[in-house]
Order: sequence, then C-alpha cells, then structure tokens
Amino acid sequence: MADAVVRQPGVARPASARKRASLHNALRRKSTVAFLMTLPLILLITLLVVYPAFYSLHLATLNKSMQKFVGFGNFEFLFRRDTFWLVVKQSCIFAITAVVFKALIGFVVAHFVHNIPAKGQRKWRGMLLVPWVIPPAMSTLAWLWLFDPSYSAFNYTLAFFGIGPIPWTGDAAWARFAVILVNVWYGAPFFMIMYLAALKSVPDQLYEAAAIDGANWWQRIWYVTLPMMRNIIAITTLFSLIVTFANFDIVRILTAGGPLDHTHIFATWAFRVGIEGSDIPLGASVSLFMVPILAVAAIFILRDVNKRGNEA
Amino acid sequence: MADVSLRKVVKRYDDVEAVRGIDLDIADHEFIVLVGPSGCGKSTTLRMIAGLEDISDGDIMIGGDIVNDVPPKDRDIAMVFQNYALYPHMTVAENMSFGLRLKHYPKAEIKARVTEAARLLDITDLIDRKPKQLSGGQRQRVAMGRAIVRNPKVFLFDEPLSNLDAKLRVQMRIEIKKVHQKVRTTTVYVTHDQVEAMTLADRVVVMNKGKIEQIGTPNELYHKPATRFVAGFIGSPAMNFIPCRLEDVGGTLQIRLTDRLAFPLPPARAARYNALPRTDKLLLGLRPEHLTEWHAHLAPGVETFDTVLDVTEPMGMETLVYFGLEGTPVCGRVDPNAGAKDGAPMRLAMDLNNMHLLNEETGVVL
Amino acid sequence: MSTMTIDKAGPRRNVKYGSMSRDRAWALRWSYFFLVLFAIFSLTPPLYMLITSLKSSAEISAATNPWWVFHPTLDNYAELLTSNQFLRFFWNSAWVSIIVVTLTMLISVPAAFALARMKFWGSATLATGVFLTYLVPDSLLFIPLFKMFALIGDWTGVQLINRWYVLLFIYPTLTVPFCTWIMIGYFASIPKELDEAAIIDGASWFQTLTRIFIPVALPGLIAATIFAFTVSWAQFLYPLVFTTSTDQLVLPVGIITTLIKGDVFNWGQIMTGALLGAAPPLIIYAFLMDYYIAGLTAGATKG
Repeated sequence: MADAVVRQPGVARPASARKRASLHNALRRKSTVAFLMTLPLILLITLLVVYPAFYSLHLATLNKSMQKFVGFGNFEFLFRRDTFWLVVKQSCIFAITAVVFKALIGFVVAHFVHNIPAKGQRKWRGMLLVPWVIPPAMSTLAWLWLFDPSYSAFNYTLAFFGIGPIPWTGDAAWARFAVILVNVWYGAPFFMIMYLAALKSVPDQLYEAAAIDGANWWQRIWYVTLPMMRNIIAITTLFSLIVTFANFDIVRILTAGGPLDHTHIFATWAFRVGIEGSDIPLGASVSLFMVPILAVAAIFILRDVNKRGNEA
Repeated sequence: MADVSLRKVVKRYDDVEAVRGIDLDIADHEFIVLVGPSGCGKSTTLRMIAGLEDISDGDIMIGGDIVNDVPPKDRDIAMVFQNYALYPHMTVAENMSFGLRLKHYPKAEIKARVTEAARLLDITDLIDRKPKQLSGGQRQRVAMGRAIVRNPKVFLFDEPLSNLDAKLRVQMRIEIKKVHQKVRTTTVYVTHDQVEAMTLADRVVVMNKGKIEQIGTPNELYHKPATRFVAGFIGSPAMNFIPCRLEDVGGTLQIRLTDRLAFPLPPARAARYNALPRTDKLLLGLRPEHLTEWHAHLAPGVETFDTVLDVTEPMGMETLVYFGLEGTPVCGRVDPNAGAKDGAPMRLAMDLNNMHLLNEETGVVL
Repeated sequence: MSTMTIDKAGPRRNVKYGSMSRDRAWALRWSYFFLVLFAIFSLTPPLYMLITSLKSSAEISAATNPWWVFHPTLDNYAELLTSNQFLRFFWNSAWVSIIVVTLTMLISVPAAFALARMKFWGSATLATGVFLTYLVPDSLLFIPLFKMFALIGDWTGVQLINRWYVLLFIYPTLTVPFCTWIMIGYFASIPKELDEAAIIDGASWFQTLTRIFIPVALPGLIAATIFAFTVSWAQFLYPLVFTTSTDQLVLPVGIITTLIKGDVFNWGQIMTGALLGAAPPLIIYAFLMDYYIAGLTAGATKG
C-alpha cells in the first residue's frame, strides 16, 4: 500500500517522458533477462570447464608433492620415458584405425539400410544402434567375458574351424586388436545413423537426374552421394576422432592398459599415473598432450558446422 | 478504435535507411493499404506501428498517444502475419484466446468472444482442431480470429494472403473486406499486390524506396497518379510510357511520338500543357485500355494510327496486343473480335482524353 | 491370329529393363545378407550378457557350449536384486541421473532460449563457446577437477570427494553444453513470427519461453533429456575417480569394483549386473527411439 502511495507522483509525469523511461527499462530488462538466463551456463563453463583446463596447465608445472614449481620438468621426464612414447603411438593408432573402420562400416551399413524397403528400415536401424545405446562400461564387460582367457566364447566357436585358442587380451597385438574391435563395435552405429540421416536428405531428383544422365551405381555414389554428404562425413569423423582419442572406458575395462602397457592410451595412462599413482601433476601433463589434437579437430568441426549452418 | 498518425518516421539499420521520413494520418475505422515493391519499407513501417521494430526518428501516435516507446502488448493492436504464426501446439480456440488468457480475462468472456469471432469467420466447426489439421484458408481465418477477439484499436496485416493460391486469395480478400465492414476497426494492411491494395483499401499508400509516393483512394491513384512510379505500379498490364515532345503546329499544340506520328492534343489537354517548355523531354503515359482497335465514329480526342503487331495475347474478354513505337514496347487492349494477329498490321485508336504527360527526368506527372 | 502377329511385330522390349529389376532384387538380397551379419555383430555382446546371466556358476565353469543355456535360472537376478549393495548402486545412479537431468534442463533451456532469440552482447561467442565445451572430453578434466574438489574440501571443510553428490557438480559439464547446443538449434528453427505474435498477444519473455517455445520444441526437449540421462547413467571415469566407498558408488563403477574380486570373476552376476545397468537406457531407447536418433543427429547441425 505504502508503495502505491509513494509512486503516485510518477503517474502525473508527462506521458511521453514516462514512456521513454519505460523503454530504457525494457531494453535494459531484455539484456538483463538474457544475461540472467545464461548466467548458470556461463558459471558452469567458467568454473568447471575453463578454470580446470587452466588449472591443469598449472598442475603440470608442479612436482609430485605439489610443493615445488618445476616448469617443464614433468614434460622432460615424460619425453625420456619409453612408456610415454608407446602411449602416444598407441593413442594415434587406436584413434585413426578405429575411426577409419567405424566410418567405413557405418557408410556401408547405412547404404544397406537405405537400400531396403522403407517400412523395414526402422526395425533394422533400431537393432543396429543398440551398441551405441548400452553404456560402454557395461558392454565392454560383455566383450571382456567373450574374450575370457579360459572360457572365451569366441575361442570355443573358432575351435570348430581349428583356429585358436587366441589370447585375446593376453598378447600385445591381439589386445590392441581387441580394443580396436570393441571401439569399432561401439562407434560404428553412430556413423551409420549420421550417414543414414544424410542419405535421406539427398533429394531423390538428384539420383533420377544422374540416372537419366547415364550414371552407374558407382558414379552415383561418387558424384552425387559423397559430395552431398561431404560435410556430415567430415563432422562425424572429427567428432568420433575426439571421442575415440579421449576414450577411457573401453581400454580401462578390457585391458587396463596391459599387457605390459601395450594398450595404454592417454586417458588410461593419465589415470594410472595421476590417480592410481597419486602423481597428479604428471597425470595432468599426460592428459594435456591430448589438447593439440583435440584442438585441431575442434577447429575443423567448428568450421564445418558453421558451414552447415550457412547452407541450411 | 483509434486513429493512427506517423510523423516523420525514420528507420535506420546501421547505415541503411529503410524508411526515410514518413508522414501518414489514418482515420478511425479507415482501411489503409501500404503497397509497394519488396524492400520499399512497407513491412518495416507496419512493424514499427506494431512496436516490433524501434523507430529511429519521428513519432507514432495511436489514438492520440505517442507510442514510440510503448511495448507492443500495451499498444492495443493485433497483427496477422504472412505465415499466420499460429501456435502449433494449441487448438484454434486456444490460439484465439491466448492473448486474453495472458491478460486474465474471465473465462466466460473469453468463451463468448471466441465464439463470436468464430461465428463471424465461419470457423465454429474447427474450434478444437490444431493448426496442422487446417487448410491455408482456414489458418488465415484463425489468424484473423486471433486478432478480432482481442478487440484492438488497430488491426495490422502483414501480407496475409501471399501464402495462399490465387483462387483462395480472391476469396479471402472478400472475406477480409466483409470482416472490416462488420467490425470497423482501423486497419493497416501491407501487400505487394496492387490488385489487393485497390480492392481492399479506403485509401492506398504507395511506397517506394522508403518514401511515400502517393496517398489516395484507389480511383485517384489509378486515374490521377502523381508520379511515374505510381502510374507504372498501379494497374495491370502496366501503363505505357512513350517518349514524346510537344510542338506547335499552326497554332495547335501537338504531341510528337515519332518522326511520322504526331497528334493534336484535345483542347482541355492543350490548355493544361501549353505552358510547358517545348524542349522538355517528356513521356506520354497511356493505359492499355486507351489503346483500342480503330472503328468509325471515334469521339473527339481519339486519334488513329497504323502499326504492325508483334505479339497478341487473347485473354478471353479482351486481347492484349504488343507492338513497338521506335523501340518502345507498347501494349494495347482490343476487342477479341477485332482480328488482331501476331505479325499482322492493325489500325489502332489512341484516346488522348485519358493521357498523362510525365517529365522524363523527374518522373512527375504534369 | 492377326492380332498375334501384330503383337510380335510391335515395339521390341528393351532387354535392359528386365535386367534392371533383377539387379535390384539381387541388391536387396545382398543388403539383407550383410544387414543380418552386422546385426549379429551388433547384438552378440548384449545377447551373450543375457545368455550368461541365465546360467548358474556351475554351468559357466562346466565349459559346455557357451552360446546355449542348458539349465536356465534366475538366481543371478534374484541375488542381485535382493543385494542391498547392488540396490544402493542402482539408486545412486538413478538419483544422480535424475537430478543431473533436471539441473541440465534448468540450465540449458533458458540459456538456449536467450542465445537463440535474445541477441545480446557476446551471445554469438557464447554459443560457439558452448559448442567447444561440448567437445572437451572427460579424460582431459578429471585430474584438475579431482584436485579442485579435494582442495575445496581442505579449505572449507566441506568434503565432496567420495560423496555420490559430487557427481551432481561434475556431470553437468558433459550434459549442459550439448543440451544447450541442440536446444539452440530447435529454438532457432521456430519461426520468428511466432514469438512476435506472442509479444503482441502480451506474453513476457518468460511466458514466451514456457508457453510457446517449450511446448513447440518439445521433441527437442525430449531428445535433450534422453541424452542427458544416457550420459549421466553411463559415465564411468568421473565416478571411478571421485568415489571409492562402496555405499557411494554408481552402477557401472559398482559392478566393476565389487563384483570382480581380485582374480575371481563371478561372470554370471557380472553379466546380470551389466544387463541391469544397460536396461534403463535400452528401455528408454526402445520406447523413444525416434527422439533418441533426432538428438543424435541434431548435434552436428548449427544452432
């Protein structure tokens, strides 16, 4: 009540002046409202993503007990370790091999799904996407069991063909193969779905025009499908490259880096060193080595995504 | 209900002036149509009246109050959008009552108003449908219904018919006119279609390049255009513009179109144009219906000439004929039985009583 | 007779047309053949989980045909579903996921609306920043985050490490950027006239969001919700780092750390646990597949 009385004189002001003032309020309100709406997001990103990222840089310059500044000491130490170079090599091999196979399988399967009559597509798509839906930690357990040294269901089956037994996770080469296989199994459906969406977005008239121009099946893929899908292929590949490169769950559960560190990648080794080995600065240094490759991939994705936005 | 006034209204986007100082007075109950080619600033003007765009300079008044800084919801206006902008998740009734519900009107009154508007627009049966289940014309009606239930001071229409097919457009045009006759709300209507403008408006505002070219009733604009732009924009097929000059031959004022073609002006016209310098470069403005087939007993002021037709377009009730006068393409309208044929010679009659004379450089109708 | 002769003399049938449909039939057969192969590849691990979960320990160690269940039993399920520890994992997971989903939606929907519709200073940069944040993987941040929360505990005495609710702070770093990003895309696809109509109808920004944008973009909202839930449910690295006591663990970590005792793998129970752990996302997927896929593909388009 008191408020209303106090505000009374305001009403008596000239109408236009009052309305001008209210516009300024409104404008201020609009940007204020927008800012408030994004504030939690900004806080979250700043405090829990940007700050830790820089904090990680700081951590990487400390000694194990985090009492002393050692500059690039951790990095120099890493460069002298054979295991580190093994990890670099393995991370790159895993990421590239797995992504290439995911992309190829995804592309081929997407085509097969696209080929069959439309009413059956949903069912097949549903089945083929299952690996992507199961939490990888859970599905990797199933793979671990399939690869079990003494009860491997694969070896049981292969024995009928006189093959094996294969030391799936016991031998360095086989363990690497197993890790990549699980990775491909988990990631290929994502490619399949993305490619399928892209295939569906290519207008039928283009294929009809190409067919009338006398293009055969390969030419249609080469001159129509691939150019139309180029952008989505690039984005999906780069996305997958980041996810695969930074993967932790699969290697951790399947081999825990073994045998003899021959399947360690950045994430698992950083965990081993930083958390299990309690050398947080060294662990931070290890994971920081992922940054350059992730950054390059991110820049290219951003470019492609922006391009896609402009096309639409 | 209210009148709307625009005083020297300017809209600038960065360094582009979309609207360059518009003055316009719209009377209560009036149906005003803003018409012009795309990019002429007509939609921007409408959106400034609505309050969806800030004005850079000038004043806008609704019902006598300056509303420059009043947010759209407090201007007491209603708007119908080109793509209808119906809320897809609401039924027709919910769409129409959304504004009232936000203002916490009593339920009974909302229901009464929606029912009344639905009856007025003949959409009572559709009241529980979602926009997706409606045809284009029905959506258009709902969009109008949403405007009507608000009972606003001013209706704003932003090209409401351009998403409809030609036949439906004609039908809805009549519908809009009927609704306006019933509710009599002040209406500002934007369109790029001059036929729509002519048929709907009490007064038409022709805009070009951010400025008003002319304001007038449909008939004024058609018969007394002020500028070449208006003369060319209103009417279909468009007015012919033929380069010409005036000359005095034996005491009478003649208009010379080509070396071989010159006609004496009718006395009324001659008196009007006599003061013009004979050296001015001029344009003869003549609507196609004033270029007809020749016949005996022509009225005074109607002159005949022979030409060879380039192309003819039979339209049914008339035939459009196209020919050239020293490189200027000219269109005429002749009787379908006049025997016009592609490439054939034809004798035509030019009604100089309905001629316009324009200054070629300034585009002003003299 | 005469008609027959005319038929024979009529236009010759181009042989190629016939072969084209035959080609198509073969292409179809090959497509199905390979699809079956890929489906077997895709479904083997989950099916093997199911097969193993129905076996007793004795049958597993008997080395009979591993692909077949000779004496099906639900003992593994009964044991896990009555184990307080396992139920504890399940509830921890459920609580974390539900709260994280709620938080994510509360943060990302208003933010996406502001970024899509209320252009303000820095909004474009922020939108790009959101997308880049989405590309930052968990394995890059787990060490500094761990150290950060440990330090917060040292300084304030509020111990967050080894508490399941610490994950409520961490998981949104994974879910919020993506959900914001795809909601920006969904909101941006709503025609501008719709909010103008709402403004003229007298709706405030908040009402425009809640009464127009959220209902219209509901499919996007569902897709984002599914995504946030799936990510929260499946997260493995963060809970592995941040929680250690058995009563604080979430399902994936719990199964791996408690059911594997040293070298002893109780595979029947592990597979049962894994299958139960995979069940919530699978069930959601089974019912809301189209939303799931829409969310998946929306991430690659510009908001």
